[in-house]
Amino acid sequence: MSAAGMVGSRLRRRIGAGARWRQVGLGALGILLLAAMWELYKALGPEGGVVVGGLTVLPRTTDLAMPHVWDVLARLGQPVNSTAGSPPVWQAVLGAAAFSLGVAGVGWLVGVVVGMALALLMQRFRTAESAVLPWIVLSQTVPLIAIAPLVRRWGSQIEIGSFQWEGWMSVAVIASYLAFFPVAIGALRGLGSPDTNHVELFRSYAVGWWVTLWRLRLPASVPYLLPALRLAAANAVVGAVVAEVSIGLRGGIGRMIIEYAQSGSGDPAKTWAPILGAVLLGLAAAGFVALLGLALGRFRRGEVSA
Amino acid sequence: MRHSIRLLPGIAAVSAISALALSGCSGSGSGGDTGGGTGGGGGDGGGELTPVTLQLQWVAQAQFAGYYAALDQGYYEEEGLDVTIQESGTDTVPIDEIAAGAADYAISWVPKVLGSIEQGTNVTDVAQIFERSATTQISFKDKDITTAADLAGHTVGSWGFGNEWELFAGMQKAGVALGDITLVQQQFDMNAFLAGDIDAAQAMTYNEYAQVLETVNPDTGELYQPEDLNVIDWNEEGTAMLQDAIWADADRLAEEEEYQETTVAFIKASIKGWIFARDNPEEAADIVTAAGSTLGTSHQLWMTNEVNKLIWPSTSGGIGMIDEDAWAQTVEIAKSTENETGATIITDDPPETAYSNEYVEQALAELQEEGEDVIGEDFTPIEVTLNEGGN
Repeated sequence: MSAAGMVGSRLRRRIGAGARWRQVGLGALGILLLAAMWELYKALGPEGGVVVGGLTVLPRTTDLAMPHVWDVLARLGQPVNSTAGSPPVWQAVLGAAAFSLGVAGVGWLVGVVVGMALALLMQRFRTAESAVLPWIVLSQTVPLIAIAPLVRRWGSQIEIGSFQWEGWMSVAVIASYLAFFPVAIGALRGLGSPDTNHVELFRSYAVGWWVTLWRLRLPASVPYLLPALRLAAANAVVGAVVAEVSIGLRGGIGRMIIEYAQSGSGDPAKTWAPILGAVLLGLAAAGFVALLGLALGRFRRGEVSA
Repeated sequence: MRHSIRLLPGIAAVSAISALALSGCSGSGSGGDTGGGTGGGGGDGGGELTPVTLQLQWVAQAQFAGYYAALDQGYYEEEGLDVTIQESGTDTVPIDEIAAGAADYAISWVPKVLGSIEQGTNVTDVAQIFERSATTQISFKDKDITTAADLAGHTVGSWGFGNEWELFAGMQKAGVALGDITLVQQQFDMNAFLAGDIDAAQAMTYNEYAQVLETVNPDTGELYQPEDLNVIDWNEEGTAMLQDAIWADADRLAEEEEYQETTVAFIKASIKGWIFARDNPEEAADIVTAAGSTLGTSHQLWMTNEVNKLIWPSTSGGIGMIDEDAWAQTVEIAKSTENETGATIITDDPPETAYSNEYVEQALAELQEEGEDVIGEDFTPIEVTLNEGGN
């Protein structure tokens, strides 16, 4: 590498670091702004909310409907309930978020593997594409609340040797069910994205399908794949949280939301704690995919939204 | 070459994520708790415990204190049972879990199951644990709603999904048509009631009623008091329906002798758990909390105490005995009460297999032999002080 090139890359890196700090700063500012808007509306908005034609379009501003931001934060520091040894709310929420993140992560991984496999199959065989693609689209129209109890019931009957199906696996399966879709679609588009002249160049050198895949199609699919992976991560998180509520799995954020909702009247600040946890969960999931994007940075030329 | 080296960080990132994901899961248990493990066990099992799965109709809370107490106190194990308690989510239908073979017994309300039975699910009510109904319709004093007839012209809340029948039956009995009220879908919390969106809200004595009493009254700065509220009790209005019962698989009861024995043993140990909850409400509440319920401590105790009131003292000849008149009333209401679409829960009488006192009678006889009080004649509820937020 030439000296000028080195300077250039160092400069780029410094600019990169600066831009990243700016991003973080803007993100933090956004959160502060949101909190400020919350308090502003609470202070100035009508107590009964804004009602247009009998329909409430903006919420009430009472402490019951919108507790103060600082009350919510203070509640995070207090114990869950008055039982001896009860952990502070923030600790319980973090634990639940980590649990849901783990389940969503497994669901995401399974979804990515299945989605990639389907995309490869469809890319390799035209017949497979016409046969499978409609089903993939159809699969997403089945409501989650219909499949969740089924998955749990089927799962509970699986017992192979010492392996026993556990509740969290059902949730992971449901998460993967939502996660595989964008991956399959995004990867299929990505794998088909190389220019015809590139594909034909490979063919003229008599390069096999596997090598073409590895050297040409997979690298070319990255700009399509990354947004798909991000979508899949968001879907996996939503799927995991909703499936937890649906089948009643203990330990995660979804379950915590319905449990804390029971004290929504007497202790309104408490109900917001798991919602903050869910936000954190989404941020962490997006962060993981961003890390992945960094690792695959070389292939990210002109990212396309899925 | 360069290619594969650059791929390494990507692979590393993926494996880091999966490692994190897996470690997040390894610490978790399954949805329920497994009882006592191996060893011991008297009863008819001869040392081997019979695995039994109980499907609740909601998550762990003191509504199910007796079962958690029986598990914690080892009563199930004494009867030769290894019981797993399975919680429900929002979309779980407990009876379907029996039908699918995923549970051996389930807790559910009678009217909800009657509909399933008419649609072909073959289950039997083998023990009617709750004798009285806990469903009420509450309102603030200034609304002056003290009977079902007073509901006319008001906004009335209900959770729906089979929780509305006692309300509809009570209104029908009082001559209030569904068109005379504004029916509102109610949420898990009581915020809509407290904000005045709902005049008369549905409330279980052991849960939502307490939620209101755990909330600070902005006018006084103190918690709301029972004196602030009017309560329509469906037991008094005469339209109460039977609630929490233990349901068993009717086909297996007819065919498997072992399942019949297990049923008696399961009912016996469960009742023993409920006796424990009656005599030690504080401990029972703590057992439920230890089993993973995150309800506030005072709320949990309140729930235990209120649930005890639904069971004790037993007027049907012992806890779990199905009172023929109460059953008939439930069936009658299920047949004759129409909802907003004009539908009834059932159109015909349920089959004879829908309930049976055979197993609970055996269980009660064995318990009485052991000197247990299955009537609770001198049961007196405790006084529970609710804290703000139930904490």
